[in-house]
Amino acid sequence: MNEELRKIWQSFFDWVMGNGPRPENEVIPPEPPPDLPFTQKPKDKYSRFHEATLKERYDQWLEIHGLHLFSVLYGSLSVLTCIVIVSLLLATVAELPPFGHERNPANNEVIRRYVEHGGHETGAQNIVAGLILDYRAFDTFGESAVLFTAAVSVLMLLGASRRNKFDDSKSPHADGAGMDFLQRGPPALRHHVFRNEDTILRGVANLSIPIILMMGCVVVINGHLSPGGGFSGGAILSTALILAANAYGFDKVHWFFNERTFIVSSSTALMIYALSKGYSFFTGANHIHSIIPKGTIGNILSGGLILPLNICVGLIVAGTLYGFYALFSEGDM
Amino acid sequence: MIGMFAYNIPFASIFIMMITAIITPLIPNRKRLPEKLSCLSIAVVGLLSAYLLYELTASGRTISFNFSMGHFPAPWGNELRAGPLEAVLSLVFCTAMLLSLTGNFSSTAEDIAPARRNIFCVLVNLLTASLLALTYTNDLFTAYVFIEINTIAACAIVAVKEGPETARAALRYLVMSLVGSGLVMIAICLLYDLTGHLLMQNMHNAIAELVATKRYMIPLTVSLALITAGLAIKSALYPFASWLPDAHGSSTNASSAILSGLVLKGHIFTIIKVFYRVFGLNVIHALRMDTAIFILGILAMIMGSVHALRQNNVKRMIAWSSVAQVGYIFLGVGLNTVAGIAAACLHIIVHACVKPMLFTAAGGLSNAAGHRKGLHALMGTFYVNVWAGLGLIAGAFSMMGIPGFAGFASKLSLTLASFDHNSIVWALTALAASSVLNALYYVPAVIVVLTHNKDARKNFTAPAPTMSYKISMCIFLALNFYLGLFCVPLLRLITRGVNVL
Repeated sequence: MNEELRKIWQSFFDWVMGNGPRPENEVIPPEPPPDLPFTQKPKDKYSRFHEATLKERYDQWLEIHGLHLFSVLYGSLSVLTCIVIVSLLLATVAELPPFGHERNPANNEVIRRYVEHGGHETGAQNIVAGLILDYRAFDTFGESAVLFTAAVSVLMLLGASRRNKFDDSKSPHADGAGMDFLQRGPPALRHHVFRNEDTILRGVANLSIPIILMMGCVVVINGHLSPGGGFSGGAILSTALILAANAYGFDKVHWFFNERTFIVSSSTALMIYALSKGYSFFTGANHIHSIIPKGTIGNILSGGLILPLNICVGLIVAGTLYGFYALFSEGDM
Repeated sequence: MIGMFAYNIPFASIFIMMITAIITPLIPNRKRLPEKLSCLSIAVVGLLSAYLLYELTASGRTISFNFSMGHFPAPWGNELRAGPLEAVLSLVFCTAMLLSLTGNFSSTAEDIAPARRNIFCVLVNLLTASLLALTYTNDLFTAYVFIEINTIAACAIVAVKEGPETARAALRYLVMSLVGSGLVMIAICLLYDLTGHLLMQNMHNAIAELVATKRYMIPLTVSLALITAGLAIKSALYPFASWLPDAHGSSTNASSAILSGLVLKGHIFTIIKVFYRVFGLNVIHALRMDTAIFILGILAMIMGSVHALRQNNVKRMIAWSSVAQVGYIFLGVGLNTVAGIAAACLHIIVHACVKPMLFTAAGGLSNAAGHRKGLHALMGTFYVNVWAGLGLIAGAFSMMGIPGFAGFASKLSLTLASFDHNSIVWALTALAASSVLNALYYVPAVIVVLTHNKDARKNFTAPAPTMSYKISMCIFLALNFYLGLFCVPLLRLITRGVNVL
């Protein structure tokens, strides 16, 4: 009985230790070589000379044909899945309420109030601006924060912190797990070859950058009066920065817009958004009178917080889009 | 009804975390100031949540309230909603987040370059804010926006530790997670087209009317399937969980703890809200989604453990065990009763407390073994870092469901909840089989850690665990025993919360 228990314990112990099943009457070596950690122990401790087993033949076959088989199977399965999902979604769309019909469920009291009272309730002539920056300003705050999160993440992965690691030889973390990966590759290179003599690009840039900048500012500042707003205006502003970087080189853009400026401008803009809108949410929820004036509809200074919020969103969007371009093309900002 | 101070807590919690996240890049990156600031903010929000919970339940009645974000009432503006369940969850999320950060304070310093550490703090703060927003929001589109923040920040805190495997894991996580986001987005568009609302309560009424008149049933079913699949990918329900072991196994310990303990839970709670508050249990049952979730939950319970059995790396083993534990939660959701959802919420809380402890303990042990993560390298490490060893043992016992430990409470309540259900045989068999499978990989890990290894002391030159590690582990252990021994009042509280959800 005791012997039985000992045997069961032994086999359990073997299993814990990762040893295979032990043949009967095997002489156990008194102690394993002490200098090797377990994972490097020779695996053939108990192996005997034998022909290729079925398992080994299967493994061999898999090694030769496996990748091909996998790619064929993967390809056909993904096509099949796509067909199924596409047909399912098409069937769904066919069942949806007809587009633009007046009896649709989406045409309800929510939309009616936005359209009929949006103007005087938010002070914005552009109903969409009033909708996203006043009625549902919390969602837009979240959207700006999404951009901020993405920009900060990309900056962390590709930006200065990565570059500094190469110079930082006295870093106490030089023996960390990731260092061998870093040391294998060269530091981020400047891929962008900047040519001084590109006069055509420079000429066009000289002409168009002021116009683009002005256009962007108009779209941002008039966001509550006409179609546009922070998101579209910010995208226009960022194209001016990208064009300037291509015409004059990233170094020139660094004079007025670098990583630090970007972080400071984005954080400040988002902070202004958070604080001003936080005040507005707080007063609204607690039924306290808000000191923010609505202004006269149609004036440039109207719409309560919408104008400053549009400028904040514009700054964040412009910085983020230019930042993505610079970081992905240069690995630097 | 409820005090002015407590009334503003949900809004204040989200904004405190957002403002901390925004201000962190601007403060000097010295003396680990950003991390201390994050810990402070999270602690403050945790205390506020505890006070909110007290206010909501102290009078003996179960109170819940809506908080309109701005001057416009609900269907037009955004709205937050808080009840006992939301307060408990945000308290647990803040506690687990704080302990994950303080417990891994020294390993974070080893894994993350100094220049990256303040951005790591920004991401952690954004994650906390998004978890709080997902907990409190009453608006499906707001939920989507914060799911986006959650996704990006979660992928970035995987990639924050440099190395080929974290880069690959983060990329894989990003792709899978974005597929999930896309499905959720399509589903929300479809639902808006069918109901004309984004506020959960109004959507619920509109959907009930559609179901009663049998109109638009195909788009409704498809949108439910899409939103469930999208959130299931993000919360690593089994067939969609292939990204999880890489992401949780290769990242730094603090990230693993946060991802496994908290990020998955935010998405699962969103699923619970969609099921319970948007569609309603009857509609879910009529559209058969409960059965699908139930089956996938059972599959996850078994397959997560089977995969965990095959791992040799301790962190990957714990990561696969998360897949199994997510299966338990979905089993509870799939029961489609109030008791089932309450049990699922209890398991969310238990897992949010136990899994960060396991990852912190595993990090401490592998640190003691000279940064080796293979199970066999950990032999005898208990005697080098006793606190980490105790954490691993308590966590393992908890995951197995030994009475007195936290996991027992939630497994017991899942079992009791399945008594009212038709599929009781399946549920009980799966619970039993999964518990045995859990034991099959956790017991060997415990034995390995406890086995005396003469070389352990002289070979392992790890520094002694820091004070913050010891204190965090103490609180983790205390929470574990508290949840295991005194779960009945908590379960009663959760049931009250689910009833007013």
